[in-house]
Amino acid sequence: MNDAIDSATIHAREADSTSPDTPPRPNVEQLRERKARTRQHLETGGDIMTISMGPQHPSTHGVFQMVLDLDGEVIVDLRPEIGNLHRGVEKLCEHRTYHQIIPLTDRLDYNSAFAMNHGFCEAAEKLMGVEVPPRARYIRTIAHELSRLANHILWLGVHIMDLGTQTFFVICFRDREYVLDLFEMLTGARLTHSFARIGGVAKDLPDGFEQRCRKVIEFLPKRIAEYERIVKHNRIYYKRAKNVGIFTSEDCYAWRVTGPTLRAAGVARDLRKDEPYAAYDEVDFEVAVEYNADVYDRFLVRMKEMRESCKIIRQCLDGLPGGPYLARDAAHSLPVKRDVLRDSAAMIQDFYQVFQGPQAPKGEVYRAIEVPKGEMGVYIRSEGGAKPARVRFTTPSFYHGQAMPALSIGETVPDLVAIFASVDVVLGDCDK
Amino acid sequence: MSDPVAQLVFLIIKAVAMPLIIITMVAFAIYFERKFAGFFQARVGPTYLGPWGSLQSFGDVFKLLSKEDVIPLRSDKPVFKLAPYIAFIPAFLVMAVLPFGPVGGEPNLFGHRFDYVIADFDAGVVLFLAMGAIAVYGVVLAGWSSNSNYSLLGGLRAGAQMISYELAMGFSVAGVMVMAGSMSLVEIVDGQKGAFWDWYWIPQIVGGIVFFIASIAELNRTPFDLAEAEQELVAGHLTEYSGMRWGMFYLAEYVNMIVVSGIVSTLYFGGWRAPFESWNVIPGPIWLLLKICALIFIYMWIRWTIFRYRYSQLMSIGWKVLLPLALANLAVTAVVVSVVG
Repeated sequence: MNDAIDSATIHAREADSTSPDTPPRPNVEQLRERKARTRQHLETGGDIMTISMGPQHPSTHGVFQMVLDLDGEVIVDLRPEIGNLHRGVEKLCEHRTYHQIIPLTDRLDYNSAFAMNHGFCEAAEKLMGVEVPPRARYIRTIAHELSRLANHILWLGVHIMDLGTQTFFVICFRDREYVLDLFEMLTGARLTHSFARIGGVAKDLPDGFEQRCRKVIEFLPKRIAEYERIVKHNRIYYKRAKNVGIFTSEDCYAWRVTGPTLRAAGVARDLRKDEPYAAYDEVDFEVAVEYNADVYDRFLVRMKEMRESCKIIRQCLDGLPGGPYLARDAAHSLPVKRDVLRDSAAMIQDFYQVFQGPQAPKGEVYRAIEVPKGEMGVYIRSEGGAKPARVRFTTPSFYHGQAMPALSIGETVPDLVAIFASVDVVLGDCDK
Repeated sequence: MSDPVAQLVFLIIKAVAMPLIIITMVAFAIYFERKFAGFFQARVGPTYLGPWGSLQSFGDVFKLLSKEDVIPLRSDKPVFKLAPYIAFIPAFLVMAVLPFGPVGGEPNLFGHRFDYVIADFDAGVVLFLAMGAIAVYGVVLAGWSSNSNYSLLGGLRAGAQMISYELAMGFSVAGVMVMAGSMSLVEIVDGQKGAFWDWYWIPQIVGGIVFFIASIAELNRTPFDLAEAEQELVAGHLTEYSGMRWGMFYLAEYVNMIVVSGIVSTLYFGGWRAPFESWNVIPGPIWLLLKICALIFIYMWIRWTIFRYRYSQLMSIGWKVLLPLALANLAVTAVVVSVVG
């Protein structure tokens, strides 16, 4: 477990040093100066107004609470209060079999539910040594990238709405529908899919999915270009986002901030590339990197990622292999549902898996994957049997939420709103 | 009936009718705002009450009237109750000086002279600026008396915004005053005789743009709706208000929008004049109404399209861009008028 984390950190450092020749550095002096001024102000003492932003507030994206100390509108201190949405998911996991945990993971980050399913299944498969058939790996990759698209489109809408324009939010919501329709076709659900299974996925691709999916990924890049036309070159957006909320790669390491925020700081760290899983080592894509580490660059990184996602889905559809979509592993995975009523072995497997659950060996694993918001790690400790002894989710939103003081001290209240949206926090993911 | 008596009767009729007309216009302005917002966002907007939802605003007002009026326990109660009126009333007063048709001249109604203005007041423009300044007190007092941090920040922002923009607004109007040689809105319209190329929007295009931008800030609408920036301050100075007190702020916003549209069309677009002189057979009030509607549509269009500025950016635009532009416009206008005319 420790090895995985250490290698990840080292890898990230390497990626930083091997980025293109003398990459532009973020405008750090400005940030340091502002923070120093703030500290000075705190020492000399002034009139500080304490204000509680949240848990009920239009732009805390749920029930995140930030207690702000303001000097005028400048934030001199910020205390994030995490846990208003705590549901004890990790504890619940200890009382469920591995199959039953999958629906719980949906509720972590409900904007990209499949990615959460996927992360847990990868970890469970690593624990049990289940080999995932190629077709399942490709379907997982497609679904994972679709969830990335859905997440980033929604993120864009919410981020822009926090900067004051509501019409754009509706445009994004309309486009997200196309992706959700695909999910509905694929999994039967629009938000909480529970689609991944240990050893594969729940269902094969339905008839007509491929054509429809191709249509959507042909069409979405045009929409992304439209977003860029509306937002990227917008003077007000540029002024609101450029050099706001600078968070360098050192800060990201210190606060374990990952995902688009880290990549916007010039670190080409992407687990899809660095520690490939599913079919990511078989497709060709680029890791989106920007260098100025501000809100504007986080926007650019996500736009690039959406384009890359479309590319990945296209390649997966082109090279989709045949064969089973669920591992033939009677001890650990569910049988194909169609076979259950025809084949006695499959029926026995079904009863066994549903009533007793998969028999995991003793041991502990840590598996991290790149979900839309950053790195999501799943740690499972098993003492044998169908239920894990301990499950721990290290979800990106939690770390992004707790990094809020470092991100925003010295900025003003309107910038805080933009920064909080730019690191992409979902409270289901944060509070677990 | 002698003429002074007739004038008095006319005055009373105008003074009573004008607020009623404005209130009706406000109801439909709110309806159209919601309908246009729907169209901009690929939705349909209100549809339930009345044909195409056109009675929606009346339904809203009844809802607001029937709601509980919550007054925060630790608020400054007299000020808290007074603030909505301070925001609401000044907007109406400006309508008194806004000409909506020809003033003076031959008797035109039952042998009497009917002036299409409530008060032909020498300092009409100044009254408009003054009322705009007073209306901000409503916002600042609402922010202060609510005893809520968000309200306080909203009130502070409104105050700072007003100071930044009132100056640019005043100086940009000064250009028009120099051209017309008067501060009376009636005489400003008289100065714009002729077709649409004779109006002040061509010579005063810089001042007109400055005035229009400043008027958006005055109206507290996106991109300058900082005082009630929903995503930052919940509802700014309105956070603690509920029921009809909140409704009064809301109505004041729309009354202001109509009044400011009227002022913009009077200062720069010929007021009640038709775009071609031959079209003057259609009465003045209708032309003024059309111009007001067009400007309101532009305000709505801007609101539903672009982003909100940050507080500091708004201040820097006000002081570093608009104010110098307005001053330069005034200086150039003054030189040209004194040399040519």
